Amino acid sequence: MIGVPIARLQPQPAAVYAALGLKSGSLPSARAAALLERALELFQAGSEPLGACEPVSTEEFSEIYSGRGLNAAATPLAGIFPRADRLYLFAFTLGKEISEEIKRLFAAEDFALGSVLDAVASLAADNAGRIAEEWAEGRAAGQENDAGSRALLYSPGYCGWHISGQEKLFARLRPHRIGIRLNASYLMNPLKSISGVLVAGPAAIHRFSDSYPFCIHCKSPTCRERGMARSA
Amino acid sequence: MEILKQIAQCLEAGDDAGVTPLVRQALEDGIIAKTVLDEGLIAGMNTVGEKFRVHEIFLPDVLLAAKAMYAGMDVLKPLLISAGVSSRGRVVIGSVQGDLHDIGKNLVGIMLKGAGFEVIDLGNDVAASTFVATAKKHDARVIGMSALLTTTMPVMKEVVDLLKKENLGGRIKTIIGGAPVSQNYAGEIGADAYGYDCAQAVAGVKKLAAAVQ
Repeated sequence: MIGVPIARLQPQPAAVYAALGLKSGSLPSARAAALLERALELFQAGSEPLGACEPVSTEEFSEIYSGRGLNAAATPLAGIFPRADRLYLFAFTLGKEISEEIKRLFAAEDFALGSVLDAVASLAADNAGRIAEEWAEGRAAGQENDAGSRALLYSPGYCGWHISGQEKLFARLRPHRIGIRLNASYLMNPLKSISGVLVAGPAAIHRFSDSYPFCIHCKSPTCRERGMARSA
Repeated sequence: MEILKQIAQCLEAGDDAGVTPLVRQALEDGIIAKTVLDEGLIAGMNTVGEKFRVHEIFLPDVLLAAKAMYAGMDVLKPLLISAGVSSRGRVVIGSVQGDLHDIGKNLVGIMLKGAGFEVIDLGNDVAASTFVATAKKHDARVIGMSALLTTTMPVMKEVVDLLKKENLGGRIKTIIGGAPVSQNYAGEIGADAYGYDCAQAVAGVKKLAAAVQ
């Protein structure tokens, strides 16, 4: 189990505003700025960030990745992980309270504060993934790779890795230790949680063609930027 | 009427505490509930929706206005019901089976209510059969589906196919949205519309609901 300081997770105001659709270069209204201030207070008070991370061999992960046999016929990760230097199973949660608080705000028709808190929590979970990537990248670079090393988190439910892949990932990593459970549809509870495999190795292994069938409909192709080395 | 303009302006400013007394005042002045709704609250929300569409305001501002809309509706709803004023139609919404992400869907629901629709929100992880059964049961005009995972998008096609199988395609329209979804995907699976964002989703539902009236 890994504790993560809340201060490292808290997103920058500009990132929250952008996530909520504020046009670049525009300033939020005073009321919106006040909402963010309140949302950050709630985030700090209600977050209980915990992570779990364990190394896994290529052979083990190959079995985990096969899941229930529902992955897309061809996926980027299938070509990436066998070339990795290191693989780590990873899960992270902001805890139950923050997700409950968001639900409470919406139930009380405080939609604006609820949506701002939701954006803060989602970005914080993303930040946790990036912190984990940097950690895995540092380990790879410190041991046998050069500055060209890159670690990226890949998650079930994206890029052809079927969501049912969570089943074997959870059986091996046991994230219930940090309070994350799967429902019958393999979705995580608490909602503000992330899981997947950290793939560390030369940056080049993460680059792939976006010609997969599921790429055609994807409107958030961050894979391109993700595949670039941080130092680039 | 000046007070209806004030209601609309108050709503645009997201002042929920200010809307309630103005709505009460308008009713005391003898303005019927339907007029207060159409020319005060919905007029204000339409302006908010347009400002949002052109990026003049952003999401929190819209949601503050929505809360003000709800405050006004709390006063009007009993009167509208007793007067037999119907909504613009029923819309069934939900995040598809296998998907727990529901913030976008929730926001669409809030804005649809603000636009005068009756919204039946099935929540998340909703099976195709549940969407269709609920729409049939409640005589809904539109089913709105959201997905955030590429692996759950096929459930949207299941709903469209199920409606076709039951010969309901002409009576119940479908609109889809969510990060991995696109206009092309809507066309590919035979959905009637696609909403890139909340504003577009509401505009799409308005068109679809009008088409099945």
